Order: sequence, then C-alpha cells, then structure tokens
Amino acid sequence: MNTSAWNILLVDDEVEFVSTLAERLELRGINARVAYDGESALKAVAENEPQVMVLDVMMPGIKGLDVLQRVREERPEVRVILLTGQGKTRDGIEGMRYGAFAYMMKPLDLEELIRTLREAMSAHEGTPDA
Amino acid sequence: MKSVLSGTMDLKTDLATEINSPRRYQLLRRKIVSLMALVTILPLLSLAGINYYEHQNTMASEIQAPLRALVGKAKHSFELFLAERTSAVSFIASAYTFDELSSDTNLQRIFQVMRREFTGFVDLGLIDTAGNQISYAGPYDLKDRNYTSQDWFHQVQFKGTYVSDVFLGFRKFPHVVIAVRHTTESGQSWILRATLDTMHFDRIIAAMGLEPGSDAFLLNRGGILQTESRRYGKVLGMLPFALPPTNFESNVQALRDDQNREIFLASAFIANTDFALAAIKPRPTVFSTWYTVRADLLFIFVSGVIVIFLAVYRLTSALINRLQHSDEQRMGAIHQMEHSQKLSSIGRLAAGVAHEINNPLAIINEKAGLMRDIMDLRPEFPDKDKFSRQIDSILRSVDRCRGITHRMLGFAKRMDVKIETLDLNSVLEETLGFLEREAQYRNVEIRRNLVPDMPSIPTDHGQIQQVFLNILNNALAAVPDGGRITLTTWDVDENFVGVSIEDNGCGMSEETAKNMFEPFFTTKKEKGTGLGMSITYGIVKRLGGELKVQSKLNEGTTMTILLPKKSTEGQA
Repeated sequence: MNTSAWNILLVDDEVEFVSTLAERLELRGINARVAYDGESALKAVAENEPQVMVLDVMMPGIKGLDVLQRVREERPEVRVILLTGQGKTRDGIEGMRYGAFAYMMKPLDLEELIRTLREAMSAHEGTPDA
Repeated sequence: MKSVLSGTMDLKTDLATEINSPRRYQLLRRKIVSLMALVTILPLLSLAGINYYEHQNTMASEIQAPLRALVGKAKHSFELFLAERTSAVSFIASAYTFDELSSDTNLQRIFQVMRREFTGFVDLGLIDTAGNQISYAGPYDLKDRNYTSQDWFHQVQFKGTYVSDVFLGFRKFPHVVIAVRHTTESGQSWILRATLDTMHFDRIIAAMGLEPGSDAFLLNRGGILQTESRRYGKVLGMLPFALPPTNFESNVQALRDDQNREIFLASAFIANTDFALAAIKPRPTVFSTWYTVRADLLFIFVSGVIVIFLAVYRLTSALINRLQHSDEQRMGAIHQMEHSQKLSSIGRLAAGVAHEINNPLAIINEKAGLMRDIMDLRPEFPDKDKFSRQIDSILRSVDRCRGITHRMLGFAKRMDVKIETLDLNSVLEETLGFLEREAQYRNVEIRRNLVPDMPSIPTDHGQIQQVFLNILNNALAAVPDGGRITLTTWDVDENFVGVSIEDNGCGMSEETAKNMFEPFFTTKKEKGTGLGMSITYGIVKRLGGELKVQSKLNEGTTMTILLPKKSTEGQA
C-alpha cells in the first residue's frame, strides 16, 4: 500500500505529543496534519478531507466524542481512531458505539498505530460507511 | 493527606476503644441490674410494708378485742358486787325502823345475818341526820362519833347512796365504805353505813386470769390505785402516768407508760362509784406472734430478693454479653467499611495520578521515538550506539511507567464489582507485579507451578485480586529473606479450579491457624487490623469458593483457594 497518498489528521491538545507523532509519521512517508482542539479539527476535516482521523478523547472545548459524532454525521467516510488514557476503556467502547474505527491507549506504540492506520485505510478504500 | 487520614483514623480508633471498653459494659450492667432490681424489688418491698401494716392492725385489733371484753366482764363483776352490797345495805335501811336499828343488839343481829349472806362486810353503823353514830356493830369502837365534818356524810345526804374510795382502816386493811340514806314517808331519815374489805376486789381481778406481764387494777378518778398493781405500785399509790380519757364503756388505747414501754390499756368506769378499772398488756407480748410471722415474711422477702437479684443479674449479663458481641460485630463491619473506603480513595487517587502521568509519558515516548527515527535515518550519526542505548533506556523506562500506571488503574478498578470471565493465572501474575520488587529486594524466590490450560472462570477481578494480594502479602511477611513462595494452579474437577500459595516461612501454631479467619485476630500486633484474612475469607465465600489453611510452626503455610467454574447465585 502506498502511504504517500494517505491523508491523516491527528487531533490532540497535547501539542508536543501530537506534533512529534506527526513528524515521526512523516519520516515514515505518511502525510499527517495536526489540530490541537475539536473546533480546528472539524474545520480541518471539512477543508482537507482526510481519510483517517486520530482523535484524543480528553480535550478541552469540544470533547473528543462530540467531535466523533459530528464527523460521523458530516463525513461518514472518514475513519476515526480514538486515543484514550489507560483505564478509560469505557470511553473507547462508547466511541466504538458512535462508530469509531478503533481505539488505542496512550502512550502509543507507533508500530501498532501504523498497523491500525493501514487497516483503516483499507477499510476506507472499500465501501464507505453510510 | 496522610496526616489528615491518620488523624481521622486515630479519632475513630479512640471512639472505638471508648465504645468497646469493658468499663462501659460494666457501667451499663450495673445500671441495668440496679434499675431492674429496683423495679422488681420495690413492689415486693411495698407489698411487705403493706402486709406489715395490715398485719399489725389486725393483730392489734385481735389483741384489743379480748382485752376490751376482759375489762368489760370484770367491770360488770365489780358493779354486781358493789350493787349487791349496796342493795343489801339499802334493804336493811328500809326494812327496819330507826328505833329497831338504833338498838346495838338488833344491829349486831342484823349484821351477823348480813355477814352470813354477803361476804366482805366488816362493820355496820346507824347515823342520824345530825351526823351522830347512833348504834354500831363491828370490831371498832366508833359509838357516839360525829360525821358532820366528813365529806362522805354530805355526799350521802345529797345523793342517797355513796361508795367511798379505798382507805386503810385501823387494822391497816384496805376498806371501802357503803352508805345509804333512808327517808320514811313521815320525813324521818337516817343513814346506814357499812364497811367492806377489798379482798373481794383482788379476787375479781385474779379471776380475770391475766397472762404474765399483764396487769389489772382499780383506781379512782384522782389516779390513786384502789387495788394493788403488779407493776405500778401498792394500794393508795399514785398511778405513775395519767389515765387516758375513759368512759363507762370499756375501750382500748395504745400508749407509753412512765417507763416508756409500749402498752395497750383497756379501761372503763365502774357505775355509781368513783372507780375505774384498767387492764394493761405490754406490746412486745402482744406482738410475739407477729414476730414469728414476720420472721417467715422476712425469709420469703429475703429469698425473693435474692432470687430476683440473681435472675436480674443473669439476664442482664446475657443481655450485655449479646450487646457487646453485636457491638463488636458492628465495629467489625465499620472497620471493614473504613478499610474498603480507604482502599477506594487510594484507588481513586491512583487512577488520577495514572491519568495525569499518561500524557507526559506519551510525549516522552514520542520524543524518544522521534530521536531514534532521526538517528536511524542517518547512518553516519556520531556516537550512534551510545545514543541508541540511551534511547532504549528511556523507552524501557516508559514501558515500566506504563506497567505501573496500568497496575494502579487495575487497583482502582477493583472497587467496581463486576463479574467477568478471568484467567486466574494472569490475575495471579498481575497481582505478583505489586510484590515482585519486594520479593526481588529480599531475594525471595517465587516459583510458578501454573497449569497452562487453566479454564477461565466467571468472577470479580478486583475481589479475587484482593484475595491473592492478601494471601501473598502474608506469605511474603512469613518467609525469611531468601525464602520461597510457590504458586500452584490446577483444574480440580468439573466444578472447581484451585490456586494454592505455599511458603516456607515461620508457619502458625494450630491455635493461630484455627483463629486466623476470625475478625480482629492478628499476629502483627499494632501493624495489622486483624481483618485481612477475615475479609479474604468473606470474599472467597461470597464468590462461592472455599479457603483452607494448612500450617506447621517453623515449616510453612499453604493456603488453598477453590473457586467455582460456574457463577453461583447471590454473588457480590
């Protein structure tokens, strides 16, 4: 699978975390944009039409799960991977009910993230969710 | 935080000590016993009091009635005696003329007849209205005497008949005088005077049949004894105390005499005389029967009180013991609650800390990852190996931190009771994670003897973890440095799986092993609550399992847990 065509949006209020993650993905040839809050994330989704969105659940302002719901309504073809803290499995499970593609726990294992992204991309290339 | 918590605990411990102090139960026991004794003994006491009062009244009336009757009878005897004598004198006075009577010979003859018919007459004399002795029959020489100056003469002139007080005659015998005035139709009048000795009075009193200690006597209105009294003096002596109000009917009064003895006194006036008859019974004699009755009553009362007291004491003791027991149970429940509350707040704290740490940990992880990425992209990076080692070290540390926060969150999760299907091997491993550092530090060998295809069972993760943690903690405390703990799991049968934790530590005496599941039983003195093992036992029982202990002093302990493969009813 050619990763250069990927358009990933990373959303987290932890600027250091999300920017470093984006840099590491770019080093692996994965095109990743970042947003630091829910509002700019929704704007980025509208403007850049990413295929996959990696979304932190715990954010100030619009909450991660609200962002997920809005994205699922407006752009059902965007696959959303939720990031939750440890022990917040419940948030992840709830996110899955709202239609998240997967949920992962922080701190992240990069290889696992890339694996999940790959799965999300192949799902995206299949039939989009209604 | 710690100091605040321990402060609260101290306060609670003080309160618990206060509530459970034996002094409190002693006080309570004393209070209840005295109150109950009072409530039961008081009616008994008042009953005895009323009985005493009533009995005394009955006894008094029972004593008084015969005394009254006795005095009444004797009074009649006296009246009859005096009336007969007075009638005899009166008959002689009216049957003969003045002339007949004034002859000494005639009078002597009449006197002889009278003495034969009536005992007690001493002499007989005729006196004219001028008070001169006209004739006399008797032992004394009283002829030609004049009585006008004497009180009795005026009394008989006025009243018609007269009975004198007792006086001592010439022969020093007590006498009474009976005088009768007779007036003829023609208006001539004379007085016939007879003297009686009072021996017959003594005879009447003797005939009353008085008990020893009792007394009876005649006295005049001036309180002068007319007959001899056993207790209060001789004839013509003064009664040493005032006679209570008396009338012609015999009546009884309770009073104290001059010697301050309690007595019953029955008295009545003798008709047509100045005399009163009095009979006395001392009270102690009166109540001798009452004392025997009271002795019986006292015995019943005292034994009643003893029986009541014993019953009350035993009942109260049973009550207090039960109270103490239930208080202890309540305290146990409170302790357990406190314990789980403490665990729960520690759990929440741990969860909060773990969450806060996650984010910076994620950043460290990504930064270190990026550094390695950059290094990997440049083959000619100087000191690449050295840097790579540092980065590996950082990433390993992040992994360790991740493990710690994971366990902390797991600990917090224990507070939520939730039945899930679990692999006991992995729960055991997870729990060991809490203690592995201590085990390593103390060089304690942990042997795992875990059956690989252990069936998963439905149970509560947090609770089963607490069970393992408590037992492992005890095992670790029991083994010496360099000791050994062996964990074994096995598939028991179609119903149960087994987990055993064996140590080669100090072991327990049979006594300790027998009591180790009792609440508050501890061998750790101040360090333990004595609840760990009882909670553990409670959890295992609630989960439908069994907990057994095998121990030998100085050889080691094996704790065996059997847990059901199928979820049982009433699980917590």
